[in-house]
Order: sequence, then structure tokens, then C-alpha cells
Amino acid sequence: MAVISVHDIIKSYGHIRALKGVSFDVEEGEVFGVVGPDGAGKSTLFNILTTLLLPDSGTATVLGRDLFKEYLEIRKNIGYLPGTFSLYPDLTVEENLIFFATMYQSSIRENMSIIKPIWQQLMPFKKRPAGKLSGGMKQKLALCCALIHKPTLLFLDEPTTGVDPVSRKEFWEILGTIKTQGITVVVSTPYMDEATLCDRIALLQEGTFIRMDTPPNIISSFKGELVTLRTDDIFKLLRKMADCPLNCTFYPYGENLHVIFYDPIATILPQFEEFLQQNDIAYDNLMQISPTIEDCFIEIAGSTHP
Amino acid sequence: MKVRLPFRHQQAQESPYSIVVKDLTKCFGDFTAVNHISFEVRKGEIFGFLGANGAGKTTAIRMLCSLLQPTSGNATIAGYDLATQPKLIKRHIGYMSQKFSLYDDLTIFENMQLFGTIYGIPRKELKDRIFSRLENLHLADKSKTLVASIPLGWKQKLAFATAMLHRPDIVFLDEPTSGVDPIVRREFWNLIYEAASHGVTIFVTTHYMDEAEYCGRISIMSHGELKLIGTPTELKEQMQVDSIEKVFVKYVVR
Repeated sequence: MAVISVHDIIKSYGHIRALKGVSFDVEEGEVFGVVGPDGAGKSTLFNILTTLLLPDSGTATVLGRDLFKEYLEIRKNIGYLPGTFSLYPDLTVEENLIFFATMYQSSIRENMSIIKPIWQQLMPFKKRPAGKLSGGMKQKLALCCALIHKPTLLFLDEPTTGVDPVSRKEFWEILGTIKTQGITVVVSTPYMDEATLCDRIALLQEGTFIRMDTPPNIISSFKGELVTLRTDDIFKLLRKMADCPLNCTFYPYGENLHVIFYDPIATILPQFEEFLQQNDIAYDNLMQISPTIEDCFIEIAGSTHP
Repeated sequence: MKVRLPFRHQQAQESPYSIVVKDLTKCFGDFTAVNHISFEVRKGEIFGFLGANGAGKTTAIRMLCSLLQPTSGNATIAGYDLATQPKLIKRHIGYMSQKFSLYDDLTIFENMQLFGTIYGIPRKELKDRIFSRLENLHLADKSKTLVASIPLGWKQKLAFATAMLHRPDIVFLDEPTSGVDPIVRREFWNLIYEAASHGVTIFVTTHYMDEAEYCGRISIMSHGELKLIGTPTELKEQMQVDSIEKVFVKYVVR
């Protein structure tokens, strides 16, 4: 049974159309990722599904309950970690957790098993005011507070934005353990590399889902032929590529250049090598590779990009 | 070498570095946020400044921009002494923060005019510079649009153009691409490359490890100290891994 079922949700702020008709289902026990840049409509969608904001039109059920008529029931059974830090900065770590547990008529002891792996990391800081924690620690506390009433559905709005790569990795490991407890997770992120850690993702851009599928399916539906190469002066290469007569899309990718060709690789690659030689570009590691989610986003969004 | 010889004298006088940091330290009470860091950045270099949350990056940047007084140590920024010439430093650097720093209820032109005027660019000259920047960004026809109503990607590019209006020698970019989509992130880095090719020194922080690979050299801060510094290739070889992300994880965890 679908834990969340959304039909044609539309939301505008004045003449800005934040969501332009979004429909999807989330299955029980799934980690569902909403992936897209700032301003795509991620937070608007989360605010609607957590019953904090009314859509202009459309319908939805969350945990089998109607979004409009049964919003109080929904609130009791979901956990929500908003995009901005929303704990009490002058309460201690422990006081914050007690506060949220009490609000849901629960106690820390009752549901300790759910938060135990995260709480253990926070124990050394339990007497510290929440406002004085580092970014990664704040997010861990916020996650504990969102889980302490044992929700069956958890909404995480950009839990890792601005968080360093090591803490991001830790946070996703924690999400893995939450999933094993049967909690359904809806998570948003602007980081494309995190998308592969979800069971299913929706690529959100300008209020529309431009693609929704499992990460492997999105990768296998990549339409072009992707080629990578390495050069010492990538800026010079980018400039030369602007005059490349071949039908292709190119962009830097870490230390490499990625080029998407839309013709068969066997015929296009020799022509590309000839072009590089004609332009005196020293390169190595030229090869065809399989795309990442980021390559897919660029391919899909690139065609509709302003 | 032969070509360079006649210029030797001139080069000796003019430093090849736009940032020279020596033993810079900042303590807040008994907490040492930045602990004796020393490094140099060459003119026109793209220098990536990485580190975990709370490693001391922002504190270090605030000192380099002369917004925060160091506890000890010193630095030369754009040829000026941090301790004695903070005002001259401010005039010769640009700064763009991760939080969007333009005014939502002013138009694109008004925002640029405001910042340009603060830096004392003459009115006529300023108008020319603003429009040439906007041409570059393909935003010239949007000059009368309120900043509130333009997409985030444009805003970041606009903030960069605004930080560059007074033609600074160095520009400090604090997580300029946070939350921006992959296409706009690359467009933004194109602007960075272009500025660097004109001799502007770029000092940039980011949490995107693929962007770290775009830098000429990078440094990684951890617990207030800066120990790892080099080109992306050097660091990967040194740590025997194949990506900067792995360098970062390996370094920060231990």
C-alpha cells in the first residue's frame, strides 16, 4: 500500500508557480529522494505533505489519511526535519529531546531503541546548548527529535545541505539504519551523489518532476554516449570545445571533461580524437564510461534549461 | 628564460603572491579556532579552501578580509599589511558569501549601482561597467527586474559580477554554489575561470568535492590547522587515492 499518494498538487505564491502539478506515490519502507536545486519547489512540497501549507489544488493521502480532513492524525504519525535549524538553541541537547518527546506524549526511555545509534554520538554533548553544536551534530540532534515519537513516516528536508562530505556520509549511514526499522523516509537534497543512496528518486526542477524512477533505471535510460577525458588545462579545452563541430554536450566533471555524443560511439570517437589533435590539446584517459545521476540530470535538464 | 631576463629586476620588486599568510591564529576565549596557519597564494591562482564544518574556515576568511582581528600572526593581502592597512585591503578585495547578499527589493541595476557606488566607482564609468557585466551574463535586458523574482542560479552569478565590479585583485567566495543545480554550478565555474585568466586571484570554499578538482591548488583545514596543501593531483598521489573526496575523508577522519 502506498504510504503517500499525491495527485496533481499545484501551489503558487503570487505569480510565482512553485509546484506546477506534481503526482507520485511512495511505498512503505522506501527511501524516496526529491532531488533538485534551491528554488525547485522541494520545501513547498514538504510543507504541503507535512500539513503545514495548503496547496491551491490537488489531493493527497499521507499514511492513508486525507491531507485536508485528517491532518491532525497525520501530524501525530510523521516526523519532520525542516530545512532550517528549528530546535531551541538555548535549551541543552538533552532538554530539546525531552521537550519533543513530551510534546508527543512519549518519553526518551520509551523509544530509545530507535535513536540509540545517533544518541550515543550526542551523549558527550548532552549538557551543551543546542545552538553551540557544530553543523553535523545539530542535524543529528534534529533527527533524534524528529524520531523520538516513533513515527512511521519521516520527512527530511535537505538534512545535509552545507554539511561537509564526512558528516554527510555519516548521516546517510544513519538513514540506512532508520530504514531497517521499517520507517518510510522522504528526503530532499541538492547533492546528486546522494541520489544513488535512495530507493527511488524524483528529479525536481522549476516545480515539475522531470524524471521519477530508481537510480539504476534513470542511469540506464541515459540517451547519449558518455565519454570522459583528462587534460591539464580544462579551461583551454572548454574554450576549444565551443567550436567543436560534432553534435555533443560537454561540461567539466571533477578533474575530467565529460562529453555526451548523440551518434554511435564507433564513428564519433575517431572524429573527436582528430578534433583534439587538430587543436593541440594534450589529453589522456579518453574512454567511454557509464553516467552518474549528475550526468543524467545534466542530460535531462540541459534540454529544458533556460 | 631568455625572455624573462630583462624583467628580473621588476619581478624581484613585485611579489608573485597576492596572499601571504604567516602563523595566523585566532582564539575565542580558550578555544583556538585557527591555529598558526601559514600559506601563500599566487596571483591569478584558483585556491580551494576546504575543511569540515567547524574546522575554522569562516574564521580564517574573516581575518583575511580584515573583518576580524587575529590573536597573533599576520598576513599580506593584495600587497597590503593586514595589521596596519586593513582599509586598503578591503578596497582591493571582493567578497561573496554563501547566503545571497543582494537586496531583494532593488532591481538588478540598482543593486550593482549601490555596491559600485560604495566602492567609489564614478557614476558614468559605473554604468558602463554594469552594462558590460550584464551583457556578459546575458542579463542586460533584465536590468530593471527586481532581484526577488529571478532564479537562484542567476542571483549567484549576479552576486559574483557585483563582487567583481570594483575590479578587485582577489575575490573571496564562501560556498558560492551551495544548493545550485549542476548546470548552473558549471556556468558559475566558467565565470571563475574567466576571472582567473584575467589575473584575479580566486579564494574559494566549497563542500562539492568535484569542484575542488577545478582548483589550481587546494588546502584542507581540520581542527583549526592547515596541514594539507597542494594541487589536486599531488594530494591524490600523496594519499594514494583517486579522488579529492577520498583525500578529504581520509584526512578529516584520522
